[in-house]
Amino acid sequence: MKEYKTVQSISGPLVVVEGVSGVAYDELVEVLVPGEKAPRLGKVLDVSSDRAVVQMFEPTSGTQTADTRARFTGQALKIGVSTDLLGRIFNGKGDPIDNGPAIIPEKHLDISGAPINPWSRQYPNDFIQTGVSSLDVMNTLVRGQKLPIFSGAGLPHLKLMAQIARQAKVASQSGDESGFAIVLATLGLPFEEAEYLRHSLEESGALERAVVFLNTAADPVVERIATPRMALTVAEYLAFEKGKHVLVILGDMTNYCEALREVSGARKEVPGRRGFPGYMYTDLSTIYERAGRLKGCEGTITQIPILTMPDDDKTHPVPDLTGYITEGQFIISRELFKKGVTPPVDVQGSLSRLAGSVQGKRTREDHAQVKDQLFASYALGRDARELAVVLGESSLDEVDLAHIAFSDAFEREFISQDESVDRSLEESLDLGWKLLAMLPQSALKRVKAEMIEKYLPKK
Amino acid sequence: MDTNVQIGTIVRVTGPLVKASGMHNAKMYELVKVSSEKLLGEIVELNGDIASIQVYEDTAGVRPGDIVERTGETMSAELGPGLLESFYDGVQRPLKVIQEKSDSYFIARGIEAPGLDRERKWDFVSRAKEGDVVSGGDVLGVVQETTLIEHRVMVPPYVSGRVGKISSGSFTVLDIVAEIVSEDGQTHKISLMQRWPIRRPRPSQGKQFPKTPLVTGMRILDTLFPVAKGGAAAIPGAFGTGKSVTQQSLAKYCDAQVIVYIGCGERGNEMTEAVTEFPELIDPNSGEPLMKRTILIANTSNMPVAAREASVYTGITIAEYYRDMGYSVALMADSTSRWAEAMREMSGRLEEMPGEEGYPAYLASRTAEFYERAGVVTCLGADKRSGALTVVGAVSPAGGDLSEPVSQATLRVTKVFWGLDASLAYKKHFPSINWLTSYSLYTDNFGEYWANKIAEDFSLLRTLAMDLLQQEAKLLEIVRLVGQEALSNSEKLVLEVSRMLREDFLFQNAFDPGDAYTSPQKQYGILKSILTIYLSGKDVVSSEDFDFLQLRSLSCVKDVSTLKTFSGDDLDGQYDEYQKRAVKELSGLAH
Repeated sequence: MKEYKTVQSISGPLVVVEGVSGVAYDELVEVLVPGEKAPRLGKVLDVSSDRAVVQMFEPTSGTQTADTRARFTGQALKIGVSTDLLGRIFNGKGDPIDNGPAIIPEKHLDISGAPINPWSRQYPNDFIQTGVSSLDVMNTLVRGQKLPIFSGAGLPHLKLMAQIARQAKVASQSGDESGFAIVLATLGLPFEEAEYLRHSLEESGALERAVVFLNTAADPVVERIATPRMALTVAEYLAFEKGKHVLVILGDMTNYCEALREVSGARKEVPGRRGFPGYMYTDLSTIYERAGRLKGCEGTITQIPILTMPDDDKTHPVPDLTGYITEGQFIISRELFKKGVTPPVDVQGSLSRLAGSVQGKRTREDHAQVKDQLFASYALGRDARELAVVLGESSLDEVDLAHIAFSDAFEREFISQDESVDRSLEESLDLGWKLLAMLPQSALKRVKAEMIEKYLPKK
Repeated sequence: MDTNVQIGTIVRVTGPLVKASGMHNAKMYELVKVSSEKLLGEIVELNGDIASIQVYEDTAGVRPGDIVERTGETMSAELGPGLLESFYDGVQRPLKVIQEKSDSYFIARGIEAPGLDRERKWDFVSRAKEGDVVSGGDVLGVVQETTLIEHRVMVPPYVSGRVGKISSGSFTVLDIVAEIVSEDGQTHKISLMQRWPIRRPRPSQGKQFPKTPLVTGMRILDTLFPVAKGGAAAIPGAFGTGKSVTQQSLAKYCDAQVIVYIGCGERGNEMTEAVTEFPELIDPNSGEPLMKRTILIANTSNMPVAAREASVYTGITIAEYYRDMGYSVALMADSTSRWAEAMREMSGRLEEMPGEEGYPAYLASRTAEFYERAGVVTCLGADKRSGALTVVGAVSPAGGDLSEPVSQATLRVTKVFWGLDASLAYKKHFPSINWLTSYSLYTDNFGEYWANKIAEDFSLLRTLAMDLLQQEAKLLEIVRLVGQEALSNSEKLVLEVSRMLREDFLFQNAFDPGDAYTSPQKQYGILKSILTIYLSGKDVVSSEDFDFLQLRSLSCVKDVSTLKTFSGDDLDGQYDEYQKRAVKELSGLAH
């Protein structure tokens, strides 16, 4: 381990150390500030023969060029893992903050991970039940998938996030849920929101099977770059070494991207769209692609990143680049929220790319068809509702009116769901059939006759 | 100056870019091995004795002072039997071998894995004889590579002379199968494998004008916006509009003989899907598993960014090699925007002056060079065979806005534009290719081909369909303003028939095995049947007192949605019968 007192400049999250030798790219640096016991951590971003640029994971406030010492550890930033992490709460740096005992790690793992060999992957084909009808039936979440929630400021995505964390299960045949775990990382959320999540997990008992990392808005911005990687390293350990089905919830990714922008700005890099760095796509992929299912491996990693779209704009770089990497998206609709529908999931704009591999195959036989029918009928109902606004209800025929009534009921009873209500997939499907019964049977073109016979409630 | 120095010293490391000194003899694009871990890299800039190297593997742990070993070779692809059915990373390392050698689920570093299997033996049957005078491109012999493809072992470009020795038998890719003695008495040893630098197009005897369409089985593409065998097409679209689904459909069903599919900076699960699915899916043109004609290259988004930049060149070099054998090859690159972003990232680290949106100034020229490698060519070789290379590039414009540089650079050099439309995707209309904005500049080239192969009136019907769809867009505007009642019966008929075109012809479900592929013959059948309703109904509905609801209640109108389900031997007969019925029912309305 080498130590230098030659800090040459400090600018934002960057520290430049001169006169170094033998420093490796990406290695962990401990910066010791006079009068402080614990070192502040950073990593090497750029190294020349005698000069190293260090990106800090902690704020640089109070550091000085004189007397500050930089210690190059020769290692990458690592996190200690063990199954004892379950049920524990950590800060964004990975230190326990729940007054529990210190963790005795089984081993230490590099938090940046490594890309999964595409050959080693296995195509995901089983589902996770969230207990929320608008997700489970319409846009099924698949084990090994990465499916973000796109929301906006002031929308209740956090409630949905908490509900999923409480209710999610792998719905195994035996009803045994010991193989299921949740890793939750908050990135720059305000105290109240982070506290709400923690409280909600604790109260429901879901904390026992969860590992929680809390980086709040008050915590250092640059710490956020390391927090999701710690969470994913823990998730990889639990999934691929301990055989658990892990659901990783990361939020808010917009805050993460802003931290990235801050570092890029400090390095005076040529900015891309809206000042975000040109490599943001690649950087985000090193987070989102850490999900999946492997050949010959019991466990899986499923990711639900959450992000708020500035001004509800889907083309903003953060949702845009996220959407290009993830396998679909859940969209939270302001329009539905204003109507009083909660959780206001925009089922039409949402998409689960992998749902086709499970609907009706791993789930009840009628799933794919009911979903198609609900989509089609809801779309017709919404169109008719628009038409009624322009031309007046009197110009619509009975079938159109039935569709309007259906789509209203669909929003009120199917999409709307109290946050304490946990519906099994079967209950959700039956609810769908119950609503479809409002329509004339001739309008049900997407479901086969034998399914109608079997599942449609008789009047 | 000592010219034998093969070792340089690293002076700077920043991400995937490494600078090394002591490299005054190095060549541009020379392959190097970085640090004691022997990470693969390529020289991208020379300045005095300092070389800038882009490294194809993660550089964590590399430090100034470490060595850089030169290899003297430029970044080349290995070409020979065994390419088909392979699954490579961006620099042609078989991903399966990487897993076996590293015994890990993750991509390990410094693993050497040659593109072609050194152990496997191939049955080589010679075609040339001792004493034959041959030159570049001439076929020396063949190897049955898969049940579908006969691999032609060719004299490498720029080699010529008299065949000294040649023998049939069982050989590995490195064994010498023939010797060619050139005029100056030099002996060239020929094995089943040759190398070619990936950034240099393989030579041919010249390009030809493309005259044949690439049949894809997708109705909107074949009928409305066809691409030529040897043409170049672009599919730009925001996320969720179906770029990858369309690309995969093309890879599955198009009638090229060899497919090269490049997953460039895209999702891992998508490539896994292809690898799992292709060996099981049957090629509708040959009846064999699709994998037998396919080469997959996967450099997913989180794999090293420099290798992503190289992946499109690796892919197109392999594609050109099969083209040179005289095959029709199709290459899908998904997505070229990620390739451009990789260029931008490397350019930024090289501290080059940025052009538009931070992309390097050479973005447009590199893009043009890439698409120009497509084409129908007269291959090297005395038999003057032709080969074709079709390139289909997906583009992922930021925010779905086509004014960004990558889309614009691509549109300038491709002749076919399949514009994916987010609002169609929202309505779950797939493939969500917008029929109003998309175009193909090849349609005029194919008039003769369609007339001979399918039917005389094919081009006519195509034009009529396009015209109706254009009219529909205008009429819908009016309906939105003042309601359907304001329309005349003729206009209502246009709307009705356009709806049929959209819902029962253009809409196609890529996930329904029965619907995913439609033969050109059948496409013509459906199209003509729908348009028959328009042509026969046109006069009938134009009378003042005609009740439009009558038309909607006709059985032929109700049966339109069954048209695409027709199957069996006598397709023409079935469509004929439907069309006769339609004419009869419609003329019945007149009385």
